[in-house]
Amino acid sequence: MTLADTGRPAAPQRPWTAKRVLNARPVAVALYLVIVAAIVWASYAGAQRMGYNWQWYQVPKYFGSFTDDGFQPGEILFGLGATVLLSGLSFLLAVALGLLVALLRLSGLVVGRAVAVGYLELIRNIPLLVLLYLFYYVLGPIFGLDRWWASILTLAVFHAALISEILRAAINAVAQGQWEAASAIGMSRAQAYRWIILPQSVRFLLPPMTGEFIALIKSSAIVSVIAVAELTTIGRNIISDTFMSFEIWFTIAGVYLILTLVLSFGVSALERRLATRQ
Amino acid sequence: MTKAPIIVAEHLDKFFGDFQALSDVSLTVHQGERVVVCGPSGSGKSTLIRCFNGLESHDAGRLTVEGVELVPDSPKIRQLRQDVGMVFQQFNLFPHLSVLENLTIGPMKVRKLPKAEAEATARKYLDRVHIPEQAGKYPSQLSGGQQQRVAIARALCMEPRVMLFDEPTSALDPEMIGEVLDVMVELAGTGMTMVVVTHEMGFARKVADRMVFMEQGRIVEVAPPEKFFSAPESARAKLFLDQILEH
Repeated sequence: MTLADTGRPAAPQRPWTAKRVLNARPVAVALYLVIVAAIVWASYAGAQRMGYNWQWYQVPKYFGSFTDDGFQPGEILFGLGATVLLSGLSFLLAVALGLLVALLRLSGLVVGRAVAVGYLELIRNIPLLVLLYLFYYVLGPIFGLDRWWASILTLAVFHAALISEILRAAINAVAQGQWEAASAIGMSRAQAYRWIILPQSVRFLLPPMTGEFIALIKSSAIVSVIAVAELTTIGRNIISDTFMSFEIWFTIAGVYLILTLVLSFGVSALERRLATRQ
Repeated sequence: MTKAPIIVAEHLDKFFGDFQALSDVSLTVHQGERVVVCGPSGSGKSTLIRCFNGLESHDAGRLTVEGVELVPDSPKIRQLRQDVGMVFQQFNLFPHLSVLENLTIGPMKVRKLPKAEAEATARKYLDRVHIPEQAGKYPSQLSGGQQQRVAIARALCMEPRVMLFDEPTSALDPEMIGEVLDVMVELAGTGMTMVVVTHEMGFARKVADRMVFMEQGRIVEVAPPEKFFSAPESARAKLFLDQILEH
């Protein structure tokens, strides 16, 4: 047989290793479905065994209902709105505070560094729940904070610690030459930060900042212990009325999941747009 | 050479830890003069010109630029940097800004010029470095030679009285060195005062009024190029020239 008959020589036959079998598409899909089905069945069977009375048909009305006046949002949507507002405000405050702490650490001032490091160590070593109690039961009466503002301040102060580290890393990730080029055209330190360094840091801090915002949304559930009417508190209230703990906790978990997934995908899209420009 | 002195360095010392980067360096650069600084790597050339715009602070000696003494951390340094343009080996363009924005941000934010005026100046200097058509692009879309020409235009937009070049062609692919040197030769033709650290001896021969040869933080020899290249006084300069010119 000449080469002209076959074109190219045939590809070498790869052996069917265990990894190759498991990664073949039909096998992988089937395996995945089996695992998910097993988990669903196990929870369902467990609930059946304890004689749980599933009432999923009850759940939609807590999202909202249609009346003659149009759509009426239900308790879960109000709770979601409160969680979004609470997390959003806390995050904005946390970024502002985090930036302040990061700039203090980078300032080269001994006092600035000391204040920043002291704050970081303090916050890192206090549990979030204890911090919340401190803000609500101790600082609350002193400064006249209601439960809403005590929650926002707790979340902001707690998450600002890690956010300041994210910002510091992102600022340091900008090449030293950028500082020199900014100085060489006569910019002050503040001008260099504002026009040259911080805009370039955005690229480095989007992924970790998104992670931290998601962490903040999740830790916002803790303010349900002081009865702020957000998503988790709403869930507890509905359950105390209806005893549908399985359906409602699954639902609340699902709502958090959707909220954070939407955020992740949104930021990924933003990152791709930024990446194409640079 | 009876013009006014612009840069006067007297007995400068500079230390990085225990390492002495400059020792007892004295040099005067006059208005309109082109000085090329050369020497083996680690000889203090870059440190010297970085002192001239305050990017490094000298530890001893006296340095005046345009009659103003450079004192480390003095607020006058910022004012002075506007009159002293700097071109870096690694270009250091602002990657998040378009070419035009790279050129206008200094004049607009530092000199507080209106946008229209800053853009007119920017386009004038983009013409001068022969890349007016790249104004809307981002630095990463340009070749190294184009980026360095943008960097030269960025420095010129501040209308400096002196231009410092820190190995402007060392990071470039060989085929792009020529276009950057051409721009620098043209700039020399406009009467700009220039201090250039470079190993491009062809360029030095063409534009330099004086050659400065440094080694181990000291100025070993200062001579007009015709004398420096044909009959260097110091044995070390002779060896250096043999090494870089034999190729």
